Amino acid sequence: MSGVAIKIENAIKRYGNNTIITDLSLDIEEGEFFTLLGPSGCGKTTLLRMIAGFNSIEGGSFYFNDKIINNIDPAKRNIGMVFQNYAIFPHLTVEKNVAFGLKNRKLPKDEIEKETNSILKLMQIESFKDRMPERLSGGQQQRVALARALVIKPDVLLMDEPLSNLDAKLRVEMRSVIKEIQNSVGITTVYVTHDQEEAMAVSDRIAVMKDGDIQHVGTPKDLYQRPANLFVATFIGRTNIVKAKLVVKDNKTIIKFPMGYDIEMDNIVDNEKHDQEIIVSIRPEEFVINEENNEGILADVDDSIFLGLNTHYFVHLDSNEKAEIIQESRIDNSIAKKAKVYLTVKKEKINIFTADGSKNIVKGVKNDGDRYLKKVSGGN
Amino acid sequence: MEARHTGKANIMDKLLKRKNDSGDGRTKTGKDIWVIISLGVLGLYLLFLLFPLFKLLKQAVYTQDGFTLEYLAKFFSKPYYTDTLINSMKVSSLATLLTLVIGVPLAYFYNMYEIKGKTIIQVLIILCSMSAPFIGAYSWILLLGRNGLVTKLILNLTGFRIGSIYGFNGILLVLSLQLFPLVFLYVSGALKNIDNSLLEASENMGCSGIKRFFKVIIPLCMPTILAATLLVFMRAFADFGTPLLIGEGYRTFPVEIYAQYFGEVGTDHNFGAAISVIAIIITAVIFLFQRYVNSKFQFTMNALHPVERKKAKGIFNVLIHAFTYFVVGVAFAPQAYVIYTSFQNTSGKLFVEGYSFKSYYEAFDRMGNAIQNTFIIGGIALILIILLAILISYLVVRRNNQLNKLIDTLSMVPYIIPGSVVGIALVIAFNTKPIVLTGTALIMVVALIIRRIPYTIRSSVAILQQIPITIEEAAISLGSSKMKAFFTVTVPMMGNGILSGAILSWVTIITELSTAIILYNLKTITLTLAIYTYVSRGNYGIAAALATILTVLTIISLIIFMKVSKTKEITF
Repeated sequence: MSGVAIKIENAIKRYGNNTIITDLSLDIEEGEFFTLLGPSGCGKTTLLRMIAGFNSIEGGSFYFNDKIINNIDPAKRNIGMVFQNYAIFPHLTVEKNVAFGLKNRKLPKDEIEKETNSILKLMQIESFKDRMPERLSGGQQQRVALARALVIKPDVLLMDEPLSNLDAKLRVEMRSVIKEIQNSVGITTVYVTHDQEEAMAVSDRIAVMKDGDIQHVGTPKDLYQRPANLFVATFIGRTNIVKAKLVVKDNKTIIKFPMGYDIEMDNIVDNEKHDQEIIVSIRPEEFVINEENNEGILADVDDSIFLGLNTHYFVHLDSNEKAEIIQESRIDNSIAKKAKVYLTVKKEKINIFTADGSKNIVKGVKNDGDRYLKKVSGGN
Repeated sequence: MEARHTGKANIMDKLLKRKNDSGDGRTKTGKDIWVIISLGVLGLYLLFLLFPLFKLLKQAVYTQDGFTLEYLAKFFSKPYYTDTLINSMKVSSLATLLTLVIGVPLAYFYNMYEIKGKTIIQVLIILCSMSAPFIGAYSWILLLGRNGLVTKLILNLTGFRIGSIYGFNGILLVLSLQLFPLVFLYVSGALKNIDNSLLEASENMGCSGIKRFFKVIIPLCMPTILAATLLVFMRAFADFGTPLLIGEGYRTFPVEIYAQYFGEVGTDHNFGAAISVIAIIITAVIFLFQRYVNSKFQFTMNALHPVERKKAKGIFNVLIHAFTYFVVGVAFAPQAYVIYTSFQNTSGKLFVEGYSFKSYYEAFDRMGNAIQNTFIIGGIALILIILLAILISYLVVRRNNQLNKLIDTLSMVPYIIPGSVVGIALVIAFNTKPIVLTGTALIMVVALIIRRIPYTIRSSVAILQQIPITIEEAAISLGSSKMKAFFTVTVPMMGNGILSGAILSWVTIITELSTAIILYNLKTITLTLAIYTYVSRGNYGIAAALATILTVLTIISLIIFMKVSKTKEITF
């Protein structure tokens, strides 16, 4: 059932004179759970609908394996699609909704019944099969939508924010259902969401989008630990942004924080090893509260929240920049409000960006989108 | 970038090309079956709407001697003619104002407070709106005319003769009572869409009671009130049965047009056409003016928590009940009286002592094919109206290209053309070769479709706009063709809305007079036409019997509507 890779080359999308996607290229591997992630208006749904065939393509090529699909009718692309509002036919029962696609394929009746029943069972909704959709809960409707998309054995499964209409608890439950089903079916899946936590939870790889451009393509781990630029660092997870200077002296590369804290770095890429203004991204768990000596950035604790496993501290630095710190909760008293603390950082984990935030200058950034950047700047 | 964007572009391609700046960027329409449907619909509009209107215009400004503005000038040269225009404007504006004064408070009381017997009140109000206006006119003559029941009663009791029902007062009375139900139904619909929290919020901020009515409720209902105002004005302006029966020398515009074509003396077709053209221009200006005003009130409401009816207290409760019962009582009185007289004994044309079914026997004896025609002509028209409205609404909502925008505009044209003008234009166009249709049932069907279809298209468009396109896309992604997705998914989802619209179309079709009276002949006479002819001949017994039959048919249609549509909402 798997076996279809999607390739997008130089896609262009325009609404009138308004260009939403200027030049976008992307490779999605077969059997992969691939997520398009970005803030609203970044063009992720637009791109998904171009793959589905519901949006026109103003330029570029879309491939399923080697076959160009630009001009193939959406009905013939063999796509399973799950819509944000589920788009379940309200006048048909659960069973008829699921069987709808099979009937269009003119399968024999007994086969339709067999396939329908087996997917209903897989999605654990066989007991609702004679119900009308309006008598189903949100989670059940979601399962029907998924069953209906999968029963036709599509080459590609497309999902457009499928969980956004569910409450928080159900959302967590359904995303593991989706992940499990995708694993067991092994179908190439493109998933659209604006929720980074959801994206991390379900995806093999994620493309972070902004303003119609792809910022970073990689595994959740790549994106979180070595974001390609400042936007990705702030969009994926939480982080503290501190301005600093990079200084190269005696063959040592040193970050100088304005509050008088220096750290030597050994993982800066070679061609960026020169004096420059930088932006340092330190995630809350990458701060260490130094209780031994006076080394580090001086900070005032404004507030703290005890959340069981962890305790969050909200502080402000001398420069008045605010920061958040996460520490594993301790059994003795946590640090009091108004206390002054010194903060050091886990230097192997932090990320350093050029002053404009466009580039991570720490070694180890893996961005699968880079190959296209090179092609554009080199060949075009 | 791609070859298909620079390919050969003929005019058709340009027309069909999606206008990207207003479109939503969905896949371009190919040259599929819908293009053929677009062209077919356009063809129908050209043949049955634009061609007749063109012929009408031609007759107004063109004689054997060539182009002339003589007839248009003639209308404005004599007060005798311009008075009809002033009369029409006067009576229509005042009637519209009265319907608002009656209809808006009635809808407010009805939807905000518990009124005893509210279901029967609603049914009666709807029934009032559904009889042909001339039945009201003739019934008021029976009640308040020179020898009317109430006139004589008051004369005998007090020795005082009440003012004349004929002329301006009569037309105003009949039209107001006939048309206020439209305002009531429209505004009721809007009130149901007001979220209770809006009212609670305004009360919370110290705005309640009558202040809230004017500061919050009226502005919230404004788009609806404007729509109702236009509809009522158009109907009042175009109505021609009422002034003909009760006007007695108070000459209005539609009557003058009719007289110029079918009058007993001094008919002048060119002049009639010229007056028709003037009528269309006036209604078009009014229509555009309403559009302009309406554009200032653009918002949509959707009530999560609809207003719940409260029980009014004390004297206020008594007053709103009295007002409601009085209005409904007066409005329904003529119909009740018609039903009553249908059972009165008759001798020749006169009502005499005692009760019998004599009028009914005579009616069945003499009406020929009227009932049959009503069902056949009305039925065919209804089916075609629904089919065309579904197709056109799909083209307008889902296939937004230049060609379909043109169709959308054309579909609204009949809305502004008075019924009698539609009839005359059709006669002019299809009286001579190459296409002769006058005297056939077909032309009656065409006329009914033209008259009714703007309303059905509007309601179908509204329904379709509420169905998310993703539902259709889901069907397509599951392998349906576009046509199949439309008929197996979208149309069934539109079903309930279409059906409720259809029954109301049916009621308006069977009570249609102003166009049919111009087009009918003995073979194609319908029930409403038969009633009119008997009324105008003074044969009130038979007319009353036929009118009662029509009322019963209307009630049956309404019952079916309420059963089928599950809701008790009635919209036009």
